[in-house]
Amino acid sequence: MADQAGANGRTGTMRVKSGLAQMLKGGVIMDVVNADQARIAEAAGACAVMALERIPADIRADGGVARMSDPDLITGIKEAVSIPVMAKCRIGHFVEAQILQSLEIDYIDESEVLTPADEAHHVDKHAFEVPFVCGATDLGEALRRINEGAAMIRTKGEAGTGNVVEAVRHMRDIHGGIARLRACRGDELYAAAKDLRAPYELVVAVAESGQLPVVNFSAGGIATPADAALMMQLGADGVFVGSGIFKSEDPAARARAIVEAVTHFNDPAVLARVSAGLKDAMPGIEISSLGEGELLQTRGW
Amino acid sequence: MARHPRIGVLAVQGAVVEHERALVDVGAAPVRVRDARGLADLDGLVIPGGETTTLRRVAGDSGLIDALRATRRADLPILGTCAGLIALADDIVGGDPTLVGGLDISVRRNGYGRQVASFETELVVDGLGDGPLEAVFIRAPVIVRVGEDVRVHATHHGHAVIVSAGPLMGLSFHPELTPDRRFHEWLVDCARAYARRSARQTKEGLGVGA
Repeated sequence: MADQAGANGRTGTMRVKSGLAQMLKGGVIMDVVNADQARIAEAAGACAVMALERIPADIRADGGVARMSDPDLITGIKEAVSIPVMAKCRIGHFVEAQILQSLEIDYIDESEVLTPADEAHHVDKHAFEVPFVCGATDLGEALRRINEGAAMIRTKGEAGTGNVVEAVRHMRDIHGGIARLRACRGDELYAAAKDLRAPYELVVAVAESGQLPVVNFSAGGIATPADAALMMQLGADGVFVGSGIFKSEDPAARARAIVEAVTHFNDPAVLARVSAGLKDAMPGIEISSLGEGELLQTRGW
Repeated sequence: MARHPRIGVLAVQGAVVEHERALVDVGAAPVRVRDARGLADLDGLVIPGGETTTLRRVAGDSGLIDALRATRRADLPILGTCAGLIALADDIVGGDPTLVGGLDISVRRNGYGRQVASFETELVVDGLGDGPLEAVFIRAPVIVRVGEDVRVHATHHGHAVIVSAGPLMGLSFHPELTPDRRFHEWLVDCARAYARRSARQTKEGLGVGA
């Protein structure tokens, strides 16, 4: 386990790891590729930034193998802002995760946006002091990641498309899965755990509490303030916006508008005001135009 | 006073629902505050943990910070945790302007370090309930100076971590992440006294009471 006796007290406990995600709730985490973008995101009110070399739309366009970013780039972004900084490692690439931990990144995203390094195993996240966020498309996948030590979940959506349809599908799948567990008799939870391919203890905990044991953000395709508010009304604790901000015509204005939309997600008058005059959103991609091999959401097991 | 004290939880960004649950546990009625209108008719307020820069941006632009300052000057009881402590501090080291203010202290944001340095420990608390207190510190601010009129209820490695002055209390950690409810009880007690006082003033203002 990662729990350690530090100079001030016990570090790396699950309460400390999942606690940071709780402090990020109601906020927007923005993808940034350099220190200037990080400062724009912070000034707009982002609650954290994700430091990476290429945003998902460019990874999608460029093809090839996508890996952890250069530590110099990550360090430069860390030094530019006072808010938490996250960075991505490849699925199963525990050495990239070790490197990110040594850089004192605040959260590691074990992400399907990068090319997976292991097609059977995810990183053993309990072994790290830095908390992890992982993607999920449904309840079973979320619980498998939590079992491995993820302290935060994000629904995957389909990154780099500017199309919110998959984000909606995954958020509804998770909440629908929770509602079905709530309706189960106690003796039905064994079979439910088998169907979900998730640990029985976590299935029981969700059935009793009616929620995931960790914070759940929405990601993958959010491009407008209305998209962000839609995900919040569907039950997201907050949102990740990747390509949606810095692929749009006026990133600073759009970033501010999405931040306000997440705070006031239930107030259509505020949403109308912040949606006005934003110039062009990123050009979107229709999901059905993507081939099976081009989908990022199917990465992860 | 049969009614439940109405306690606002500032809901710009951060750990809102955790504070709401804690407030319900101690017999209060929590309400979410997202704009200046939401501050009307409150008996107390929680400023939760979250990101200070987000609070400054969203609440600053909407006029909510100005409204919070006015509410604080009217002696509304306020509990600030982590980012909420920074909001209540008169001085933020490094030149960031004061947010709400009211506590004569200086704080340094993320003073304990980045997330890998976040920790939990036990505190000995003076004047607030019995027994040791579990405390979770997350990218927490450090209180580096405490004014004369500010009471220190607990320290950790030489730094104050629980401070109060009149109806304001600030904590550098997160009581909403642990089951101990002594701080929310403190706020509800202050809120009841505040509600009695304002009811009396309203009566006097209307010429009804003595």
